[in-house]
Amino acid sequence: MSQNEIAISVQGLKKSYKNTPVLIGVDFQVKTGSIFALLGSNGAGKTTIVKILTTLLKQDSGTAAVNGFDIASKPDSVRQSISLTGQFAAVDEILTGRENLIMIAKLRHLKNPRQVADDLLNRFGLTDAADRGVSTYSGGMRRRLDIAMSLVGKSQLIFLDEPTTGLDPEARIGVWKIVKELAGNGTTVFLTTQYLEEAEQLADQIAILHEGKIIAKGTLAELKSLFPPAKVEYVEKQPTLEEIFLAIVGKKEEE
Amino acid sequence: METTKNYFFMDMGVMLGRSMRHIFRSMDTIITVTFMPIALMLLFVYVLGGAIQTGTDNYVNYLLPGILLIAIANSIGYTSFRLFTDVQRGIFERFHSMPIARSAALWGHVLTSLVSNAISVVVIILVALMMGFRSSAGVLSWLAVAGILALFTLALTWIAAIAGLSAKSVDGAIAVAYPIHLLPLISSAFVPTASMPGPVRAFAENQPVTSIVDAIRSLLAGQPVGNDIWIALAWCLGILIVVYIFAMWVYRHKAA
Repeated sequence: MSQNEIAISVQGLKKSYKNTPVLIGVDFQVKTGSIFALLGSNGAGKTTIVKILTTLLKQDSGTAAVNGFDIASKPDSVRQSISLTGQFAAVDEILTGRENLIMIAKLRHLKNPRQVADDLLNRFGLTDAADRGVSTYSGGMRRRLDIAMSLVGKSQLIFLDEPTTGLDPEARIGVWKIVKELAGNGTTVFLTTQYLEEAEQLADQIAILHEGKIIAKGTLAELKSLFPPAKVEYVEKQPTLEEIFLAIVGKKEEE
Repeated sequence: METTKNYFFMDMGVMLGRSMRHIFRSMDTIITVTFMPIALMLLFVYVLGGAIQTGTDNYVNYLLPGILLIAIANSIGYTSFRLFTDVQRGIFERFHSMPIARSAALWGHVLTSLVSNAISVVVIILVALMMGFRSSAGVLSWLAVAGILALFTLALTWIAAIAGLSAKSVDGAIAVAYPIHLLPLISSAFVPTASMPGPVRAFAENQPVTSIVDAIRSLLAGQPVGNDIWIALAWCLGILIVVYIFAMWVYRHKAA
């Protein structure tokens, strides 16, 4: 891979909190324009990696470059080229959806903040709720606004830290759609998740973080090939509860 | 670096606009920082005032400086609360991951405290004027009053910042305000300290609020301020410098 094909490059990243090691040597690369999923259970250190790569936290040792900028020596350039959607929807509860977006557009010094806000509200299906206080929004709407705020200014690389945790199935599928659209437009997406299905649905590249290390990485096909070959078994296909739920809810909405 | 510096004041303006919206949309904040001090002023002037001997014939004149300090002290619990929620909800992280000066988010809150307190101080003075407050102070004296009030606000705001940034719970963030609320009550704000029993009087005469109240009162009355103004300034600046350094240390640790 040549330099500009790599959006994120991480080597030997280590981080401890007090005396508890969280990351004990993390290495991976993310290709420009791809969706990269960092998979791991709660407490595996996913958020720590996101915080280090978005310059919120300093690593103890190891190096990382984001969009070609070293995170330790060029944090300003890194921040210029990324957007972060943190684990908990970081939206201003008291402002309206529109005001939240305008605020971020102003902080990114864009020419026409109002227009930028209108476009994003429209794209994320929030136009009707635009002038309501965010405290009245549902979890899914909040997350959509949160992601919309990260898209203000069209960063090349977007970090989504557990974007679907706590969302209902419909809202989750809504977020997946957004992520796919982003990648379709050439944005690199760095995603953390604890849901295997999410990584399977979205990611071009998957890395599994376990006990402070990446224990497996590659495409879904590559990961599958690491394990015993598929066995052919005949089982009766029962619909999952999720499929039943979505079918019923979908029907209700059509009526 | 260049770009973030050029936009520093613009970014702070955006932060200010945001927090001012928080204040104007919170009835609770407006009541506590403006209406309550006014109600206190009405109570003391029209209910208790007749029985209070201050040695002046215009009790509103006597009372106003203390009321202004109470209004400012009431506001700092809210500053602390707003900062605490920003840290908790991840809004600070969002700002910190953006290409804006790191300190803009924090200074936005400080500026908000200054601006909002200036507004409530002006409103309270207007009400006092209607209640018969009169001042012979010139422009310079008024500027001196504004300066002392601004320093007092800044000192308390940075105390609020320490609490807001380091608190583990909302209650903890707000609790910082309670001891500060007591200071104007045990001072020369309502009655001359000479009427108080020994130990209380000793405390009242040697705590910051009394010297600040006395300095402002003399300035507004067009009387010589004497040492009070220097003691008041020393208190405000001394507290401000200590708490500012501590608050920045806390902030750096939080934003490491």
